[in-house]
Amino acid sequence: MAKYVVKRIAMAIVTIWAVATLTFFLMNMVPGGPFLSEKAVSPQAMAALEAKYGLDKPLSEQYVTYMTDALHGDFGDSLKQRGRTVMSIIQTKFPVSAKVGGMSILVAFCVGVPLGCVAALNRGKFLDNLISVIATCGIAVPSFVVCTVLMYFLGVNLKLLPTFGLTSWKHYVMPVMALSFYPMAYIMRLMRSSMLDVLGQDYMRTARAKGLGQFKILFKHALRNAILPVITYLGPLTAYTLVGSFIVEKIFTIPGLGGEFVGSITSRDYTVIMGTTIFLAALMVVMNVIVDILYKIVDPRIKLN
Amino acid sequence: MAEYLVDIKNERLSFFTPAGEVKALNDVSIHLSEGEVLGIVGESGSGKSVTAYSLMGLTAHPGKLIGGTLEFNGHYINDMTEKDMRKIRGNEVSLIFQDPMTSLNPVYTIGNQIEEVILLHTDKNKKQAHERAKELLELVGINEPEKRLKQYPHELSGGMRQRVMIAIALACEPKLLIADEPTTALDVTIQAQILELMMELKDKLGMAIIMITHDLGIVASMCEKIAVMYAGKIVEYGTTDEIFYEPKHEYTKGLLKSIPRLDAEEHERLVPIEGTPVDMLNPPKGCPFAPRCDSCMKICLREMPPVTEFGDTHYTQCWLNQKAQFEGGKVQ
Repeated sequence: MAKYVVKRIAMAIVTIWAVATLTFFLMNMVPGGPFLSEKAVSPQAMAALEAKYGLDKPLSEQYVTYMTDALHGDFGDSLKQRGRTVMSIIQTKFPVSAKVGGMSILVAFCVGVPLGCVAALNRGKFLDNLISVIATCGIAVPSFVVCTVLMYFLGVNLKLLPTFGLTSWKHYVMPVMALSFYPMAYIMRLMRSSMLDVLGQDYMRTARAKGLGQFKILFKHALRNAILPVITYLGPLTAYTLVGSFIVEKIFTIPGLGGEFVGSITSRDYTVIMGTTIFLAALMVVMNVIVDILYKIVDPRIKLN
Repeated sequence: MAEYLVDIKNERLSFFTPAGEVKALNDVSIHLSEGEVLGIVGESGSGKSVTAYSLMGLTAHPGKLIGGTLEFNGHYINDMTEKDMRKIRGNEVSLIFQDPMTSLNPVYTIGNQIEEVILLHTDKNKKQAHERAKELLELVGINEPEKRLKQYPHELSGGMRQRVMIAIALACEPKLLIADEPTTALDVTIQAQILELMMELKDKLGMAIIMITHDLGIVASMCEKIAVMYAGKIVEYGTTDEIFYEPKHEYTKGLLKSIPRLDAEEHERLVPIEGTPVDMLNPPKGCPFAPRCDSCMKICLREMPPVTEFGDTHYTQCWLNQKAQFEGGKVQ
């Protein structure tokens, strides 16, 4: 176990380093820069700004400087949002996104798993078809459409729910629904197919031959085996969802981190691009370790190394 | 008390598939006394397993019992609800399967899977169940039972897993053990060990066994009675001696000819049964074996032969035997 942890940490460091390096150079290859705007900036001002942030130095030097600072925990100041460090942006915005994202993962899991099971148990019947239609919609319909439809019916027509902000529990309903729709659909499909696979296994027949009841057969013998693919999917999904969605956050005006990912790129806010990307990569690595450990707990055949 | 432990009379069972009705069992009758060993032989799809599973109420989905009566240990299976069935499954009648590699749930320990069935059918507490599980592992010849109970199926070999399956099956001392090709997936030396174990346990616990197999060697060494099945029918039924020394049905004769023999002459070839099994969706009108039978007569293609009995224990369904009886003047 200790060996495994050491190995995973080493791998994590390499992964994050690779992501950071790749992002750094790709980002600088994109034309444009943080200080270009419609309003022309005088060449002197531009030179002064670039000098201030070290952007006038050769790229390799910038890279070394950035990496050294990052290793010391300093991810720099935002180039566009005056007076804010990248760290403070992540610290204030991530919790907002994580709260909405966390709830939507919970919803996706708690709805997706049972519905997937129900579909598998009613294979070929009406309920299965209905769930398949929902799952297909969930995967095919883009989130801005989901958001708009939700907003139109629940917010504008029925006036049941507020359409922007995050001040009461009611504000969470629509963003969480919109965010959870895709993963829920995906989990349903995964669960359905793996459940069908498990139901055909010999050990299910053994369970029946033992005289176990339907409930125990399903919950003890089938579910634990069938849930494995869902756990695999849950790792990266959690990382992506916790950092927020650009579209959902824009539509429901949620001050989350999701907007920063896209916003920083369009505005060439180099330090924020780096910071958010490294943050996502780190989160992803952590989630994958958690998934591996969960996997080991659920399926004893898996060996951690 | 019923006369027999198992008494299946004229069982008819069909699978209603989208393609049509498949008559998996057509007028099957089997009876078995306590402590007896019956072998059911026949090729794949002949209805061996379906017969045994229907006795436990484990007929797979589109299958439906449409005729006959099934009696087991004083229970009328026909009238039993699923809930009542569950009380006898794993308790009075147990099942072991062909492939021990896949018959155990990979995510639970051996101990958990044995104790589960003990806790379900007896009023033992967890500790007692654990003790019983240990006893059972010893009974089926597994060393270090305490350690094994904590292991997972993937940590055991195929032979050991089959022993564990037997331990699960015997946990509640069933009256009847149904063994569905219990050794097909094992290698030969392990096969012999498992069969020996089963016979030993049968003598110790006094249970009856239904042995489903297509290995005539196993049947010869283990069973007292044999039912030969073909296309959902029992084409011949008799004691082991009767089947092996006086086979009456052409299919049985064919099966016996296709076994390799130690005393065979050099270059002597095995005689296969020509042709392919019947299409159960469109079974022929007469005897199902007629298209593959070397001695097929006109009547065989037209009509299903009636039962010809030879003594109390031996019967077959074949026109050739009817002919012999007609010619001998013994018309039934």
